[in-house]
Amino acid sequence: MSTKIYVPCDSSALSLGAESVAQAIVREAAARNFEITLVRNGSRGLYWLEPLIEVETANGRVAYGPVQSGDVAGLFDAGFLGGQQHALALGPTEEISYLKKQERLTNARVGITDPVSLDDYLAHDGYKGLKNALTMAPAAIVKEVTDSGLRGRGGAAFPTGIKWNTVLNAPAEQKYIVCNADEGDSGTFSDRMIMEGDPFVLIEGMTIAGLAVGATQGYIYLRVEYPHAHKNLNAAIAAAHQAGYLGSNICGSGKAFDVEVRLGAGAYVCGEETALLESIEGKRGMVRFKPPLPAIKGLFGQPTVINNVISLASVPIILDKGGAHYRDYGMGRSRGTLPIQLAGNIKRPGLVEKAFGITLRELLYDYGGGSASGRPIRAVQVGGPLGAFVPESQFDTPLDYEAFAANWAVLGHGGVVVFDDTVDMARMARYAMEFCAIESCGKCTPCRIGSTRGVEVMDKIIQNQDKARNIQLLRDLGDTMLAGSLCALGGMTPYPVLSALNHFPEDFGVDKTSEAA
Amino acid sequence: MNQPEWNKDAVAAAIDGLKDKPGALLPILHAIQDSEGYIPPDSVPIIAKALNLSRAEVHGVITFYHYFRETPPGKHTIHLCRAESCQSMNSAGLEAHAKAKLGIDFHETTADGAFSLEPVYCLGNCACSPALAIDGEVYGRVSPERFDEIVGAVRAEA
Repeated sequence: MSTKIYVPCDSSALSLGAESVAQAIVREAAARNFEITLVRNGSRGLYWLEPLIEVETANGRVAYGPVQSGDVAGLFDAGFLGGQQHALALGPTEEISYLKKQERLTNARVGITDPVSLDDYLAHDGYKGLKNALTMAPAAIVKEVTDSGLRGRGGAAFPTGIKWNTVLNAPAEQKYIVCNADEGDSGTFSDRMIMEGDPFVLIEGMTIAGLAVGATQGYIYLRVEYPHAHKNLNAAIAAAHQAGYLGSNICGSGKAFDVEVRLGAGAYVCGEETALLESIEGKRGMVRFKPPLPAIKGLFGQPTVINNVISLASVPIILDKGGAHYRDYGMGRSRGTLPIQLAGNIKRPGLVEKAFGITLRELLYDYGGGSASGRPIRAVQVGGPLGAFVPESQFDTPLDYEAFAANWAVLGHGGVVVFDDTVDMARMARYAMEFCAIESCGKCTPCRIGSTRGVEVMDKIIQNQDKARNIQLLRDLGDTMLAGSLCALGGMTPYPVLSALNHFPEDFGVDKTSEAA
Repeated sequence: MNQPEWNKDAVAAAIDGLKDKPGALLPILHAIQDSEGYIPPDSVPIIAKALNLSRAEVHGVITFYHYFRETPPGKHTIHLCRAESCQSMNSAGLEAHAKAKLGIDFHETTADGAFSLEPVYCLGNCACSPALAIDGEVYGRVSPERFDEIVGAVRAEA
């Protein structure tokens, strides 16, 4: 009998040697005359254990990791095909507590299925949401999404259903669904995990969005840094076409929808929705003035739904199980789950999908196990390069859009980057300004000029020149960028800069007591 | 100034195959860079004519995006991540090591033409920092020793 072995094709697993492990398993099995079926699944998101391989046994899937190609012969010797003990054995995968305690709605299939197998997708509840949507009126689909409480997971947290409703009510011959897959925030990889590990769920979500608002064409704007996601998305789109889940007659309904992947070219600002639309149109990624909103006048001047990968990938389960099912998770006005990404200097980095309400402290210590270096965690940056630095005194804040806003912080796309006590927060503030200067589209002055001046002011502060005056200048510059920038790049760069200054004034050579926030 | 040879037929085929797509410029630039390794400056007027754009508009797009380049790269391109997650795991030390080892700064190519070094702001490998990519393949938890091993292995490939 053939034994099923899972070795991830996820790019982080590959970055740690998963490809040579897969080759070693095939080689070793052939040499020993064992019949195996190798499945290249997505990652379970337990990245400190990658490459994590699984064997299907009579008692379910059993995990081993982290496995290097040199370990493979020993695993065969130990009888891992039968789930036997070995120094790298982790037991039944689903029983690993990091995974077991999660609430995986959006990532329900990631790491479990063969990402590009439509049969596997269908066997694991795939396309159930679309089947329901096909029986519903457009306004009813929009209402289900509105009722779910889903808010944009790209960072802005705007209610998805309200955005869809605007596009539904905008009369036009041609409307578009655009997926923002320009996941540029450092510390984030949940979009990548979906696109590499379960691309069909994104395609299904976009198809449902198309039915809901009357759009027939979708574009996925994917960053060029994600070649494996590109490959799996294209394979899934081709398979969906072949089986009639995309094309001119979706599941025999007479409704049409198509999806095309477009590649970005390394510009962070193209994650801003209007710059992204300019980029798909073949132009420089310059931010547009709003209004008009993209929902009224978006791609090629037509009404356009533009949503993040996670927002769209959460739609199928909402249409499958109902808006109320999704809304029952979470707290306050933050409904459902958030795929949180633990990254940077942390012992157990990975993907933790949980209902809103979990605290940073639980994430950093119960899940993350503290810093990777073993030193105290001094600061975490939540929400990417435009997110605030959060000090230890705020680690008990629940993950909730409003609770973070009350601390002058953001959840953003759910990335958490951990720094130990060797971090120099003045250097981090300088880097935030430098990054803004490198990535600014140049359209508005506060961002284009402010970021460059910000680097200069930070250099003076670090060199101890005219300290009091330059600190005041930095704060004034922060106010100007916050209030005067056209988009979040210039408008939110002050978050990391000023939060670093407010919470860690000693790194700027400023007395902690005299510099109250 | 002498310009390196580039495949005019491949570029013409890329333009012909893609020019009727809505928003065709980025797909065309990607196709040309995929086949030639860069966007030859001499190809700009050809692209502009096919899309009914000015040369300045095409030039403006090429120079806006960090990924597009107008000079031939080395045989292999190393994209080294400079973003926050990698910084928290001492990517600054890795960057200094890489530059010293290769003898080049960012945006430069080694004298033997083997490697170009480019900064990148996140490869999505933040759970395995510090990270780099060589010719699109990502490597995680890259210590200076592992950097030497990886670069040595890539150099040894045919």
